[in-house]
Amino acid sequence: MWNYEKRLQYPVKITQTNPKIAQIIITQFGGPDGELAASMRYLSQRYTMPYKEVTGVLTDIGTEELAHMEIICAIVYQLTKDLTPEEIEQSGFGKYYVDHTLALWPQAASGTPWTATYFQSKGDPITDLHEDMAADGTIV
Amino acid sequence: MSDCPCRNDLMERINEASFAVDDVKLYLDTHPWDDEALVYFQEYSRMRNEALKEYAKHYSPLTVDTASYSEDARWKWIDEPWPWQEGGC
Repeated sequence: MWNYEKRLQYPVKITQTNPKIAQIIITQFGGPDGELAASMRYLSQRYTMPYKEVTGVLTDIGTEELAHMEIICAIVYQLTKDLTPEEIEQSGFGKYYVDHTLALWPQAASGTPWTATYFQSKGDPITDLHEDMAADGTIV
Repeated sequence: MSDCPCRNDLMERINEASFAVDDVKLYLDTHPWDDEALVYFQEYSRMRNEALKEYAKHYSPLTVDTASYSEDARWKWIDEPWPWQEGGC
C-alpha cells in the first residue's frame, strides 16, 4: 500500500508562467520516458523479480518516481497558472487547452497520450533490467 | 509564538533529512550489511521523524502518522495549501 506525504520531494516555486516550456516539460509527466511510465515500469516488474535486493530497489524507486511525477506536475501547473486567452493562443498551448483546459493530463510533448506500451514487463530479470536501463538511461 | 520554529526552516530540515533517508534507503536495499550506512540511516530517519512531528504540532500534519501531534481540535489535513499551490510545501 502507499501513504501520501503532503510535500514535494523537491520544492517548486515558479513565479513566471511560460506555456511554451510547459508543453515541452509535460513529456516528463506522460511521455515514453516520463515519470509515470518509470513508476509503472518498476512497480509492475517487481512482482516477478526473483532477487529480494532488486525487488526492494524496484519498489523504492518506483515509489520515488511517483514523487518525481508530482514535482513535474507542479512545474507544469505553475507554468500554466491563470493564463490569459491571448497567452494561450500565442504560445501554441491552444491545442492542449481545448481538450484539457489548464488541467494536468499525461501526454508526450508531441500530444501523444500516455500509454502502457511505453514500457515492458516480461518476468525475466535480465530482460526487465535491460528495459529499465534503456528507459532511465535516456534521462540520466 | 516565540518558541515556534520558523516554518521555512523546519520545512527545509524535513526536505533535507528526507532526501538523505530516500537515498541511503536505496543503497541499503543492495548493501544491507553496511554498518556506516545503517548508522547514517538511523540518524537522518530520527531527524526526519522529529521534524515531521514538530511541523504537525506547530503548523499542520504532512503525514497521517503525525496528524495526532496537532494541538488543534479540528482536522487540519486539508487546511494548508497543497504542495503545488502557492504557500505549499
